[in-house]
Amino acid sequence: MSSVPLAEHAPRESLASRLWAFVKRHVLTVYAWLAFVYLMLPIAIVIAFSFNNPAGRFNYVWSGFTLDNWKNWDGVPGLSSAMFLSLEIAALASVAATVLGTLIALALVRYGFFGRSATNFLIFLPLSTPEIVLGASLLTLFLNTTIVFGFWTILIAHVMFCISFAVVTVKARLIGFDRHLEEAAMDLGANELTTFRKVTLPLIAPAILASLLLCFAISIDDFVVTYFNAGSEVTFPLFVWGAARVGAPPQVNVFGTVIFMVAVLGMVANVLVQMRRERSVA
Amino acid sequence: MGFLHRHRNLTPYLLLAPGLLYLALFFVVPLCFLAYQSLESGTFDIGYSFTWAWGNYWDAIHNYRDQFIRSLEYAGIATILALVFAYPLAYWIAFRGGRWKNLLLLFIVAPFFVTYLIRTLAWETILADEGPVVGFLRSIGILDDDGRLLATGTAVVAGITYNFFPFMALPLYVSLEQIDERLIEAAQDLYASKWKAFLRVTLPLSLPGVVAGTLLTFIPAAGDFINAQLLGSSQNHMIGNVIQSKFLELTDYPAAAAMSFVLMAAILLMVAFYARLVGTEKLTG
Repeated sequence: MSSVPLAEHAPRESLASRLWAFVKRHVLTVYAWLAFVYLMLPIAIVIAFSFNNPAGRFNYVWSGFTLDNWKNWDGVPGLSSAMFLSLEIAALASVAATVLGTLIALALVRYGFFGRSATNFLIFLPLSTPEIVLGASLLTLFLNTTIVFGFWTILIAHVMFCISFAVVTVKARLIGFDRHLEEAAMDLGANELTTFRKVTLPLIAPAILASLLLCFAISIDDFVVTYFNAGSEVTFPLFVWGAARVGAPPQVNVFGTVIFMVAVLGMVANVLVQMRRERSVA
Repeated sequence: MGFLHRHRNLTPYLLLAPGLLYLALFFVVPLCFLAYQSLESGTFDIGYSFTWAWGNYWDAIHNYRDQFIRSLEYAGIATILALVFAYPLAYWIAFRGGRWKNLLLLFIVAPFFVTYLIRTLAWETILADEGPVVGFLRSIGILDDDGRLLATGTAVVAGITYNFFPFMALPLYVSLEQIDERLIEAAQDLYASKWKAFLRVTLPLSLPGVVAGTLLTFIPAAGDFINAQLLGSSQNHMIGNVIQSKFLELTDYPAAAAMSFVLMAAILLMVAFYARLVGTEKLTG
């Protein structure tokens, strides 16, 4: 029978072809995990070097594990006050930009009005202007006034570049919004303000929260625009910049690690809550 | 009837007013000041005066042609690299991510949570002369025994690619995620190979993401000076480095202002060219 030798050959062939099929099927998966490693690599370095015990001034070469940097986190003059200033600016800027941005988003999504496309364009422009031009133009404005560079100029700048992000974020959520709910509230005798407070606001609350978080993240990380308009004030990124020239202390890594951990824990919690909610709905 | 109800046509303008006034005052007006400054002449010590000094623009292009070209070149290469690296990743998350999609997206966003400057300094550590990457490249002969990565254009491009990667990956993901998988199945039912179905169906449908990602990466990359400063040498300086030092160290405001506008014009030109290439309706989404 000719089928017997064929059957003997079959397993070897199918092993090779199965291996090939496995590679073909999983090459994308392998690539994706390699890409994640690439994205995480510098973060791992930042975290690892927060435990480094640098031999000289420069924290670039691994020379021993220590917890000193974490115990002595406030041991570098100016670092924690720079961090505090960054948090303060980010909190104020994200609230101001989200309020202004939400109002613009409401107008853009809800109403057809003269100048709508011009408004869209004006919102789009700061997003497509390089940061260095935003920073430089504000610098020339402030130079021509009597405003003293410092806290207020930083805050003004941060609100400015956050507004467009706030508009875009809130607008994206508003577009899928069911207006019948508001009409129902009005039909039941609520006036516009009550409707806004009791119906609209709770419904767009997730969008507002998303905008607050995005603006906070962008503000706390901003270097370029702040560098142009900070005067003698020092935010956290400015501190890192100044320190990098003479050798950044490992405490900078400690602060970077803490920001990263807080942000990631917040995001993971948010994602898990969303997943649970989706499952309970389904 | 409330005030808003009687003046319905006024409502949008009332909603817009605070935000748009703010943008007018702190975005449009400053740009006008910058334009005005770019046509002034004089020095910081004796003061500047407005003289329609168009020569500033000529000087900017003439004296810093290398830095302008280098900026567009580095930003262009980094954008293409980011596109090539990010597309398969975004594709994998969108089509194979299942219910873990949002968690996987976190990996892409995570670099944003480490301050820009700190993650660039981390690349300085990774690419350092004593580091593992240089050691490996030396041992397999890609780099000479005294070859280095830091202070080269390669390091600057690598830094830019990494730092703006999420700007590329996220729009790609959004447009891939919206694709109706039944369209791809339909193509395969009609005897398209997997590869052909990708080229004819998936890729064209993801073009809005490609366009958005490319612009979001290219524009900030062209104006960047941090990567060139921390990972490059003065041979790798981009136009951002020049603008920054003219403004903040040399206080040569008119020249720096003129350069800022040349940079914006160069970017707008490239965006317009790109828009012609792919069609404007895709650009505005």
